[in-house]
Amino acid sequence: MHRDHELHGRRRSRNFGLLGVLLAFIVIIFGVTVVKIRTGGFSEGFDHVARPSALPAEEVSQ
Amino acid sequence: MPSGSMPSAMASWRPGDGVTDASLHIAPAGPAEEAGLRDYWQLLKPRLMSLSVFTALVGLLVAPGDIHPFLGATSILWIALGAGASGALNMWFDADIDRVMKRTRSRPIPAGRVAPSDALAMGLFLSVLSVTMLGLTANWVAAFWLAFTIFFYAVIYSMWLKRTTSWNTVIGGLAGAFPPMIGWAAATGGTPLEAWLLVGLIFMWTPPHFWALALFVKLDYHAARIPMLTVTHGRAETRRQAWLYALGLALVSVATAFSAIGGPMTLAVALALNAVFLRGAWSMYRRTDAESEADGHAVEKGLFKWSLVYLFAHFTIFVVEAAMGAYGGW
Repeated sequence: MHRDHELHGRRRSRNFGLLGVLLAFIVIIFGVTVVKIRTGGFSEGFDHVARPSALPAEEVSQ
Repeated sequence: MPSGSMPSAMASWRPGDGVTDASLHIAPAGPAEEAGLRDYWQLLKPRLMSLSVFTALVGLLVAPGDIHPFLGATSILWIALGAGASGALNMWFDADIDRVMKRTRSRPIPAGRVAPSDALAMGLFLSVLSVTMLGLTANWVAAFWLAFTIFFYAVIYSMWLKRTTSWNTVIGGLAGAFPPMIGWAAATGGTPLEAWLLVGLIFMWTPPHFWALALFVKLDYHAARIPMLTVTHGRAETRRQAWLYALGLALVSVATAFSAIGGPMTLAVALALNAVFLRGAWSMYRRTDAESEADGHAVEKGLFKWSLVYLFAHFTIFVVEAAMGAYGGW
């Protein structure tokens, strides 16, 4: 099949769409990770880690 | 595997494609027409997905949790994706029916743009992805209910009830009723009575909403041998059942107004919405098909349109009540 077969043209938009979805997925995973680490939800209650939910509001904000 | 599907090589062949060994044209293996992004989007049933997004968002907003806005938005995205996955699985299984009915004949699988196996793979992949990601983003209670909803819609409704009983609309509607509870669970990790009341509201709303539509649109379920109530029990019985469910809907609606997510404002709105809904359902019950034909199904169309306003307004008022904080509620 020739490189510029019209099939490639038709698939191009689909491939770019998929690329967009994958990039969005990466951004979401990154965002969720940042938020989870900042809020301490992951590590809360585990070994030697403070529990933000058990601290007074002033200490959490510090 | 849906019956009626043909091998991909046969599906790809069209008159004029060339059948002699002298032809240099080689038809691509797979569906007759190359699928575009839009076809895969259609597989997710975007209309149903938008209803899930709206109701799940309301569930998440009115729940007394304090989920981070980004995690909340992402959770809604996974719920929408789960709803879309169940839509793809439904389209895969129902491809044989979809080929028969005019309304669904142009869907990606019956039209030959997407191979059934692709739709199945997409549905299964997105199901696992959405449930796993909701579990990691919010919590596993929400993830469990999302998984249950997908299972209920794809297996209990699509594979079993839809083709065997006229209760398909009623029980199948439960799958569409779960999203607000999943949103609530994502925010709080639990599913208290208020979350179940939101489920009950959509559950009772679905039958009269759908039956009003079935009474004025000529849906060819008969050709597809789907046992819809209008076919199995007749149109007069459908009118009666719609009225009974409208009564049940009013009870659940008023109950929500007296719960923790309601208040005086919700009660006032609920009474107004139900008054119009009940009047429409009663008119639809009391008239014959001949009367309906004579005025172009005005009452049925009116009830269907009002049902859309009803659900949107009812769920919006819960958010308004919650947003008013100490000024809202009882």
